[in-house]
Amino acid sequence: MISESSSFVKGMMLGGLFCVFVTFIGHNKMGHGTKAHHHEHHHIQAPNKEDVSNLSEGERMELSHSIRVYCIILVKPKDLGNWAAVKETWSKHCDKAEFYSSESVKVFDSIVLNTNEMWVMMRKAYKLAYERYQDEYNWFFLAHPTTFAVIENLKYFLLKKDASQPFYIGHTVKSGELEYVDGDGGIVLSIESLKRLSKIFEDPDRCPEQGGLIWKLSEDKQLAVCLKYTGVLAENAEDSEGKDVFNTKSVGSLIKEAMANHPQQVVEGSCSDMAITFNGLAPNHMHVMMYGVYRLRAYGHNFKDALVFLPPAGSDND
Amino acid sequence: ITHTHTHTHTHTHTHTHTHFLGQDPYREDNTTAAELYSKVRILCWVMTGPSNLETKARHVQATWARHCNVALFMSSVRDDGFPTVGLDVKEGRDQLYWKTIRAFHYVHQHHLEQADWFLKADDDTFVVLDNLRWLLANHTPEAPVYFGKRFKPFVKQGYMSGGAGYVLSKEALRRFVEGFRTQVCTHTSPVEDLALGLCMEKMGVQAGDSRDTEGRETFHPFPPERHLMENLQRDYYYPTYSFYPILLGAQSCSDLSVSFHYVSPEEMYVLEYMSRHLRPYGYRPRYQPALTVWNRTEPRDG
Repeated sequence: MISESSSFVKGMMLGGLFCVFVTFIGHNKMGHGTKAHHHEHHHIQAPNKEDVSNLSEGERMELSHSIRVYCIILVKPKDLGNWAAVKETWSKHCDKAEFYSSESVKVFDSIVLNTNEMWVMMRKAYKLAYERYQDEYNWFFLAHPTTFAVIENLKYFLLKKDASQPFYIGHTVKSGELEYVDGDGGIVLSIESLKRLSKIFEDPDRCPEQGGLIWKLSEDKQLAVCLKYTGVLAENAEDSEGKDVFNTKSVGSLIKEAMANHPQQVVEGSCSDMAITFNGLAPNHMHVMMYGVYRLRAYGHNFKDALVFLPPAGSDND
Repeated sequence: ITHTHTHTHTHTHTHTHTHFLGQDPYREDNTTAAELYSKVRILCWVMTGPSNLETKARHVQATWARHCNVALFMSSVRDDGFPTVGLDVKEGRDQLYWKTIRAFHYVHQHHLEQADWFLKADDDTFVVLDNLRWLLANHTPEAPVYFGKRFKPFVKQGYMSGGAGYVLSKEALRRFVEGFRTQVCTHTSPVEDLALGLCMEKMGVQAGDSRDTEGRETFHPFPPERHLMENLQRDYYYPTYSFYPILLGAQSCSDLSVSFHYVSPEEMYVLEYMSRHLRPYGYRPRYQPALTVWNRTEPRDG
């Protein structure tokens, strides 16, 4: 009896070690897109002037309509204030925006996921979004209710990008060998990426729903791991000056930092003119952002933009 | 033109990538703003003091004051480094009207020909100069008129809030100075905006209506958040003071707002960024008024 149980224990330990080993190996060599050298950054830029030259009004409207963005906002009951603010502000500018909640809430309609775990929420939301909307939208934007997004700037950013290619864009962070999009800044997936993601969801070894890795990763890291298996790599989004357009902090925070770090060039040195997201906003700040982005402006500055977006119906704060 | 450059990311390695050099991808057309800059010349003077130069006035200087045709910083003490004009008064809330009188006299004496309109603001006022030019474009500086956030008590035609900033036409400035020369106006009280308002009325300078073509206010005595988010109809003082009906929510602030008050240094940069930099690409705003609005030197109803 004793020898059997000690074999059993040895077997368990070996098995456990093997698991760790395989996991480490798995992390170090995966995906097609990896190039020769180890340290790598993927940066992706906004279109420039040459891309957006003379189009007729009709062509501009058609082009604008061809970029269709579906917004997923993951919410929990504790986020009610922010949920309301997102509903009343920027999400009105998505082609469609839906709120995916951990549990049902009386005040608002939502797609109820019946789980409190972020990673599981994210999986379920992406799965449902793909199932329902794969033929209707070509870009999928996921955000938390503390994030403010300027969807028009997102569409401009995506202007020349082919959604049938595997794009996974946002504010990236490198964690060891893994580069992932920080969920706080919003996550953009092309339909191709979402398609691949839906497939890998069915692979419980590479992309498990629960406890696949020894140390539990945050949901945005887990997403990156799963996508990497399908050959999809994270890309950091920047404007033509190299400034991030997806921000994990609020305008106020970025300005405060700039006042300390480069006081001679506070605005010019920090935030992009075509910023897409900011994060860490309280509900009131969302409304002020809405006014600041869509309404407050300096008279007499006109722009020849390649896209045309009209204000949404039934709204007065934009 | 392409070129490669290296740049260090937040992580500890460098890499290179290629990108097209910064031609403005937006193709910005500034001709209207440039035209207004030369046709509607505004001299701004900012009420400040020695202890506020580095903490407040510096950030005004770095943001909106750059867009004035002439910008002056008025202090009790001359400071050639900043630079500030020295008004030879003491500091303090009870000196505000003296400072104002001295400041306008200084401007009248040294800068009258350099501008058409003369704006007074505090070092915690944020001003959008381009919107002020739009507002003033259809008025003549030879008319005796001044604009700001109009308050109703104490003065029959109302008076303008000091903190929200107010702007005098050239003729209004002449009459202010003339009023003191003839002693029609004197230093009646330390309450700067009220005292100035009384002088304006005595000198036949009209209190103008600064609201936009949809009746929304452009000069604001509070920061944007208070106007947009609070029900100021229920405030204890505000309904007593506000000359025009108080509109709520999005209607409380014009798209072409001119000023906000009680703005922190950090918020100066935030508002500069929001009003002049960040914009939604391709977006057609709901409110797109023409440059020529009706002549509003005549009083409107209400």
